[in-house]
Amino acid sequence: MSTYQKTTLALCLAFATAGSALADEFTDADIQRWQQQFMEVASEGRELWTSPKLGTNGVACAQCHPNAANTHPETYPKFQKQLGKVVPLWQMINWCLKNPLEGQPLAADDPKMTALQAYVTYERRGIKLEPGKH
Amino acid sequence: MNTINNSRRNFIKSAGALAVGTTLPISLVELAFAESSQNFTFAYISDSHIQHIKDNRFVRNWDRGLIRAVAETNLLVPKPDFVMFGGDLAQLGSKPELDHGAQILSALHGDVHHVMGEHDYYLDLGEYWEKLFGPQYYSFDHKGVHFVVLNSIKTYDDWTFKRWPTAEQRMLEMAGLDNPNGSPFMVGDEQRLWLKNDLDKVSKDTPVVVFSHSPLQKIYKGWNFWTEDAEQVQALLKPFKKVSVIYGHVHQIQYNQIGNISFNSVMATAWPWPYPQSYAQAEQYLPKLTVPMNRADPFFERDATGWQFINMANGNADLNFTLYDNTSRVVRYNQKQKRPEDVVYQNEKARIVPQTHY
Repeated sequence: MSTYQKTTLALCLAFATAGSALADEFTDADIQRWQQQFMEVASEGRELWTSPKLGTNGVACAQCHPNAANTHPETYPKFQKQLGKVVPLWQMINWCLKNPLEGQPLAADDPKMTALQAYVTYERRGIKLEPGKH
Repeated sequence: MNTINNSRRNFIKSAGALAVGTTLPISLVELAFAESSQNFTFAYISDSHIQHIKDNRFVRNWDRGLIRAVAETNLLVPKPDFVMFGGDLAQLGSKPELDHGAQILSALHGDVHHVMGEHDYYLDLGEYWEKLFGPQYYSFDHKGVHFVVLNSIKTYDDWTFKRWPTAEQRMLEMAGLDNPNGSPFMVGDEQRLWLKNDLDKVSKDTPVVVFSHSPLQKIYKGWNFWTEDAEQVQALLKPFKKVSVIYGHVHQIQYNQIGNISFNSVMATAWPWPYPQSYAQAEQYLPKLTVPMNRADPFFERDATGWQFINMANGNADLNFTLYDNTSRVVRYNQKQKRPEDVVYQNEKARIVPQTHY
């Protein structure tokens, strides 16, 4: 091993050690802030869930799904027999936007889609994951 | 086996077989009733939630549910003696919604009696509804049965009169089933006094049927599957030999027996609701007796909605559920067990997978 290589290795190790030590350090204040960030998005999701403006006919998600019940986020991705394939939750949400709400689908990374999923999942907190379950 | 049971069995068979076809099952089935001229049927349509978009546009899906129920009810053989509408004709209690709903219902043959729902009430406290359909609570007698209609969706005066800046906001706040700003339903002092006086004139042997929008029992407060003064209303019904309470609001099959009182819910024509047990955060008291309806398949727009006809054989209410895109169900009063039971699924071993809700 050349001097150059040795130096590089030493530096890498030093960075790795220093880096991991820093990355592991977060405080209660950080956790609170992150939780707050999540809750803000989840409550935006609740707003959308109850909004007559998400679709075009005034129908809101909450009309059929009070407290997001019967959405079963813990079972996705799953085989959706009506679509004939395995789909993630956001595709099923888009199905609802297009059909009962007579509206336009959202992109997978649309902040509104993120918010809807955050809300639905939050209402199901504490339930064990059961991917694929019908 | 008497005529009734035979014909019922045939009805169930026919309905099951026809469910795969597109024919309306009811028109092809003749129900033979027992000799007693006192036996009769009435039809029950509920929770159509006619929703105005704007101008002359209404939510198509909910319109279709009510139109179909009306058309099928008109095909019932033998003809029902009358039709009940169980409340929540409208979504936000507006004139256009109530008018549009009344227009669809006007195609029904025969008498229609109405029950007030919260979606009809909280905009103008039932003023326009009364003009269309009559008083908010009343009673009538038919072939030896005393029928009582209550407005069970009232709530605390503070909430109704002092809490909201506009009538529109009050309506919107009560319209959200899971809205934490809502308020528990109740019959209230005035109506309970009226009910007491009304029932004082009725012999204790007379079968009594009470129609309400909310369950006159406590199931889940969070979604107002609940009546705050349920116990007080039940106490007034206790002295009677045969009492049936039939309610809407819950958009699902529920039934129960508390003492002498049989409870039955009716289906919505608009959309189904989850059972409270499927809301993970909820403490709820769905009656143990209830065998749930099948989980809804959203890809069949009318699945888990429907209407029902009710046979008043021997003074007890037997409910025949006509479920669109699904197998029909019959919940009949079991004379031996003294409680309503599903004729097919009551036994634990007879239950099917879609009846599991989580």
